[in-house]
Amino acid sequence: MSAHEPHGNVEVVADPIADPGLSPHLPRPTDVDPAKEKRAERQVATLFGLSAVASILFAVAYFTFAIGENPDLILGFGASHVALGLSLGVALLGIGIGAILLARKLMDDHEIVEYRHPAASSEEDRKEAIAALTQGIAESTIGRRPLVRNSMLAGLGLLGVPAVVALADLGPLPGDTLAHTVWGKKKLMRLVQDVSGTPIKPEDIEIGQLINGEPEIFFTNPESGEAASLDLQAEKAKAAIIVVRMQPDEIKAAQGREDWGVDGILCFSKICTHVGCPISLWEQQTHHLLCPCHQSTFDLADNGRVIFGPAARALPQLPITVDSEGYLAAQSDFTEPVGPSYWERVEK
Amino acid sequence: MRFFNSLAGRLSQVRRSRLAAPALLMASLLMTGGIVAVITPASATKYSADADAIAKGRALFLVGCSSCHGKNAEGIQTQGGGQYGPSLVGVGAAAVHFQMETGRMPMANPGVQAPRKTVIYNQDEIDSIAAFIASVGPGPAEPTEAEWSVAGATNEQIVRGGELFRTNCTACHNFAGSGGALPGGKLAPALTGVAEKHIYEAMLTGPQQMPVFSDGVMTPQDKRDVIAYLKSTESAPGYGGTSMGALGPVAEGVFVWIVGLGALVGFAVWIAAHTARTKKGSNA
Amino acid sequence: MSKPFDSNGKKPAAAAKPNRLGNVAEWADERVGLAGLAKKNLRKVFPDHWSFMLGEIAMWSFVVLLLTGVFLSLWFKPSMEEVTYQGSYAQLRGLEMSAAYASTLDISFDVRAGLLMRQIHHWAAMLFIAAMIIHLMRVFLTGAYRKPREINWLIGGVLLLLGILEGFAGYSLPDDLLSGTGMRIADGLVKATPVVGTYMSFFMFGGEFPGHVIIPRLYIAHVLLIPGLILGLIGAHMLLLVFHKHTQWPGPGRTNENVVGYPMLPVYAAKAGGFFFIVFGVTTLMGALLSINPVWKYGPYTPAEVTAGSQPDWYMGIAEGLLRIMPGWEPTIFGHPLSLNVMLPGQVGPFIIFGSILAYPFIESWITGDKREHHLLQRPRNAPTRTAFLVALMTAYGLLWAAGGNDILATQFHLNLNWITYFMRVAVFVLPVVAFFITRRWCISLQRHDNEKVLHGYETGIIMRSADGAYSERHEALGSDEAYTLTARDRDEVYVPADGEDANGISSKQARSDRRRGKLSKKMFGNNVQKPTAQELEEAHHHGHDDATLIGHDAGQH
Repeated sequence: MSAHEPHGNVEVVADPIADPGLSPHLPRPTDVDPAKEKRAERQVATLFGLSAVASILFAVAYFTFAIGENPDLILGFGASHVALGLSLGVALLGIGIGAILLARKLMDDHEIVEYRHPAASSEEDRKEAIAALTQGIAESTIGRRPLVRNSMLAGLGLLGVPAVVALADLGPLPGDTLAHTVWGKKKLMRLVQDVSGTPIKPEDIEIGQLINGEPEIFFTNPESGEAASLDLQAEKAKAAIIVVRMQPDEIKAAQGREDWGVDGILCFSKICTHVGCPISLWEQQTHHLLCPCHQSTFDLADNGRVIFGPAARALPQLPITVDSEGYLAAQSDFTEPVGPSYWERVEK
Repeated sequence: MRFFNSLAGRLSQVRRSRLAAPALLMASLLMTGGIVAVITPASATKYSADADAIAKGRALFLVGCSSCHGKNAEGIQTQGGGQYGPSLVGVGAAAVHFQMETGRMPMANPGVQAPRKTVIYNQDEIDSIAAFIASVGPGPAEPTEAEWSVAGATNEQIVRGGELFRTNCTACHNFAGSGGALPGGKLAPALTGVAEKHIYEAMLTGPQQMPVFSDGVMTPQDKRDVIAYLKSTESAPGYGGTSMGALGPVAEGVFVWIVGLGALVGFAVWIAAHTARTKKGSNA
Repeated sequence: MSKPFDSNGKKPAAAAKPNRLGNVAEWADERVGLAGLAKKNLRKVFPDHWSFMLGEIAMWSFVVLLLTGVFLSLWFKPSMEEVTYQGSYAQLRGLEMSAAYASTLDISFDVRAGLLMRQIHHWAAMLFIAAMIIHLMRVFLTGAYRKPREINWLIGGVLLLLGILEGFAGYSLPDDLLSGTGMRIADGLVKATPVVGTYMSFFMFGGEFPGHVIIPRLYIAHVLLIPGLILGLIGAHMLLLVFHKHTQWPGPGRTNENVVGYPMLPVYAAKAGGFFFIVFGVTTLMGALLSINPVWKYGPYTPAEVTAGSQPDWYMGIAEGLLRIMPGWEPTIFGHPLSLNVMLPGQVGPFIIFGSILAYPFIESWITGDKREHHLLQRPRNAPTRTAFLVALMTAYGLLWAAGGNDILATQFHLNLNWITYFMRVAVFVLPVVAFFITRRWCISLQRHDNEKVLHGYETGIIMRSADGAYSERHEALGSDEAYTLTARDRDEVYVPADGEDANGISSKQARSDRRRGKLSKKMFGNNVQKPTAQELEEAHHHGHDDATLIGHDAGQH
C-alpha cells in the first residue's frame, strides 16, 4: 500500500517557499561561559540539596507534631498536616525543578533528527503473514468440518449463560418492595421527630413550622423491637417525611385528600420524585419545597405539585390524623410509591 | 437593574436619614403621646410596666415600619394579594430582636430577600419596638442568655447538635453553614459569625422563608445543641488547609483547573521553552 | 515467519571498555536480550513543545494516584457494617456510622500524613481527568488524531471514560453524606432505565438502596478492576506513541518524514522524569494547603439528610447540569413511566457530547478521503471547521458545567436560581452555534492574516510619509524560517463528486453518499483560505519591489 507517499519533497520545496532546513545550532550561555556553567551547576545542586533537607524535615515534622483530638496548629491549620505537606512538596519539587534545570542548561542540547517509517509493514511481510494465517487455519481443518466448527461456536457461545446466570445472586429480585414503606406495617403509626424520636402533638406545631420526621418504628429497640427486622437505611430511604403547618385556608386539598391533614398540618414524603434526594428546603411563606440536588420545586399547599425543575411527579402525601393520645399518626401507608420513578411503577 | 436597586436604596436612605428619624420621632411623640395610652387598653394591664416602652416603640414603628407592615402591624397586602409587608401580630419580641439587631429590618428596599446589613436603630429603640410588637399579639419573647448560651456545652451535646443540624439545617444552610440558594433569587444566609442569640431567635421565629422550629418540637436544649455544634465547627482548626469557602465540589473543581492545571501548564511551558542562546564563541 | 528469529548477536555483547554499567548491561542482556530494543529506543527522539506535555500531566497524576492510593488502602475499610465512632474527631464521636466512613475519619485524624495523602489523592484524581481533557483538546485542535493515530485516539477516549468512572467510584467510597447523596442519584439514574432499571438497581446495591454491599463492590472496582484497565490502556497508548513516533509542528527541517527533537536519554528522560516530580510536588502542595472533600464536616450518610450545595466532583458536572436544566418530561408508555427527565440528561446526553467528539475524526476522514499518514500538526486556525466544532462543544460543556453549579452561582453572584435554569435551557442550544460561527470566521481571518504576512511582510508600526504627502505603514518581509513555517501546510481540497447517475437517471446509493460527502466537504473546507501559490508570492514580491519595499496599506487595497 502506498500510504507513505506524501507530497514528494520536490513539491514541498516549491510550495510556495522552499524548506530552509534546520537552523544552525547556537550554543547556550552555559556552553561557552564557564562562570555561567558553574552557576547553573550550583543552582541544580542547591535544588537537589533543598530536596534532601526537606525530606529530613518531613521526618522531623512526622515525629514532632501531634495529631488527634488536640492537634498542634500553625496559623489555625493542622500543624502536622501542613508541615508534612510542605516538606514533601518541596522535596518533590526540588528534584523535579533541579532535573529540568539540568536538562535545560547543562545537558547536551543538540537536536537530533530521526526518520519515520510508515506504520504499515512491508508488502512482503504482509503476504507472509497472510500466508501463515491461511496455512494455520487450513491445518486446523476447522474450515472444512462445519459440524466441528458449529458445535464449537455453540459451545463457546453458551458459556455466556453460566457467566450471566452466576451473577444473578448479585441482588434479590425487586418484587414490589419499592411500592411499600414501613408506614403500612401498622395501623396509626405515629410520626416522630428524626434524631430524638419524640412523638408530635399538633398543638406544638406553629404556623410555618417544619419538622423532619420518621415513622415511630425506627426508634423501637434495634435489638428486640420491631426495628430489629428492618433494613433501617433502606427503609429510611423510603419512609422519611416532612411535616409542615400552614394556614388551613391556604391549602388547596385535592379531591379525596380533604381529611389527610390536621388543622393545616400536612405530611409529605421527604424523598424527591426526581432521583431521590431528601428534600427539606421549605419556604414557609410561599409553601414551596426545593430540592437542593436539582432544584425541583414542589408546592405543598397544592398537594405537592411540581412547579419548577426536572421532577415530573408530585411529592407523595402521607394521610395523617391524631391518635387516641393526641399524637400525630399516619392513617395508612403512602397511597403511591415514593421516590424516583421506576419501570414497574404503574400509574393507578 | 442594579442601578434601579441602588437608586431605590439611596432614595430610601434619604427618607430615613439619621436626622429625619429623631425629628419625626419627636414630632410624633408630641402629637400622639396622649392617644397611645388610649388605643392600647387591652394589654395595658399586662404590659403596664412597659407602657412607656410600648408607646415609644409604637411611635418608632409608625415612622420606620408602618409603611410596609401597616399602622397596627397588621401587614399590607399588594393588589395582587401578595404580601407587601407581612403581619407582625403574634411574631413576638424575639422576631423584632432578630430582624432589627441583625440589620435585616428595616429593609432598604422591597425585595425577596432581607439581607444582613448595618444596624441603624440603637438597642433602646429596638427594645421599645419589640415591646410594642409583643403588645399587639402574644408571641415568643426575647430569649434570655440562659436560654441561648452554649458555654459549657458537653461533647455529647455538640455531637447531638450535629445530628440535629444535619437533619434540619444543612439542606438550606449547607454542611458547613456557608449558606445556600433558594428559588427566585432568595437565599439561606451563611451561619458563620452569627451571634448565638440570633441563631436561637431565628429558629424560634422562622424569619422570612425559614420555617419555625418551635420550642414544643425543637426544645430549647435542642436549639442550644445546634448552636453549640455550629460554634464548635466554627472554631475548629482548618485540619486540611484553607476551606476555599466550604462551598463543596464546585469550588474544588474551579481550583483544580485554575491552580492545579494552571501551575502545571506553566511548568510545561517553561520545560519546553527555548533556552537562551548566544552567538559568541559558537565553537562548541 | 520463514526466517528463524535469532536473538543472539554474532559477537557477544560487550561494552568497548569494561566498566560496571557495561557489566550490568551485559548480565541483563544475556538473560533478556533487550539490547536491540534499547539501542533503538534509548536515543529515540521526542520533539519539544509545551502542549506535548499535557498528556504527561495526566499520566503522572495517575502514578501519583497509584502511590497515594496504596497508602490509603492500608487503612481504609471498605465495609458498610455499622460501627460506633470513637476516634479523635470529637464532633462525631459516639455516632453510628459505616466502617468505611469511620476508617476515612481515622485516616484523616489518627494516621499521620493520612489526611495529606487523602487530599493529594483527591486533587490528583481531579487533575488526572482535567489533564486528559485538555490533552484530548490539544490532540483534536492540532489534528494529531489523523492517520495513523486513530486507534490511539479511541484508546484515549476510553481512558477518559474509565477515569471518570474510577473517580466516581472513588469519591463514593468514604460513605459520607455527600457521597451517599451521589449514590442516591446514581440509583435514581439506574432506575430510570426502561424495563430493566429496577433490576439493575437491585443487582447493583444487592437489594434495595442503599443496601450493604455497594461500598465493597465499588472498592474492588476502584482499586483493582478499573485501575488495571487504565494501566493496560496507558501501556497500549504509550506503545503506539513510541511506534508512531511523536507528531511535530512544521518548521524548517521538520517534515512529515522525520522527527526533530531531543533524545530519550538524557534530555527527554530528565524532562519527563523531572515533570513527574513536579506534578507530584504540585499536587502535594495543593493537598497541604487546600482542603478538599472535608468528609468530617458532611457527617455519616443517612438517606434522610442532605446538604445545600450537593454537587458531584467537577467531571460529573455536565451530567449534573443536564439533570438540573432538563424539564420534567415523563410520558407513560403502556402504563409504564418513561423517565425522559432522568434518562436523557443522565444516560444519553453526556454520551452524545462524548461520542460526537470521538466520532469527529472518522467523519472528517470520510469527507476528505485522505489516506495519507500525517505527522505534522495543523495549527487550529488552519482547520477552521474543526476548531469551531470544538469551541462549540466547549461552550456547551462550560454552560452545562455552570448549570450543574447553578445554586452556587446564585448565592455567590446574587442571581436568581430559576432564571439561571431558564437561561441555560436556551443557551445550551444557542450559544454553541453562535460560538461555532464566530470561531470559524475568526480562524479564517487569522488565515488571511497569515497570508498577508507571507505576501506583504509584517506590519512594523512605522508610519512613513512619502514625498507627495501620502502616509503608509512600513512592512518588512518575514524571515525565511517564519515564512516557510507559515506555509508548511497542505492545501484543502473540496471533494467534488463524480456525476453518479446511471443510464436511467437514477442515482445509486454510492452516488448519493458521494453527493452528501461533497456537500459536507464544501461546507467544511469551502471557505478556508489557502496558502499563497509560488506565483502569487512572486507577484507580491514584484509589487513590493515596485514600491521600493514600501507597501501602502490603506483600507480597501487588500
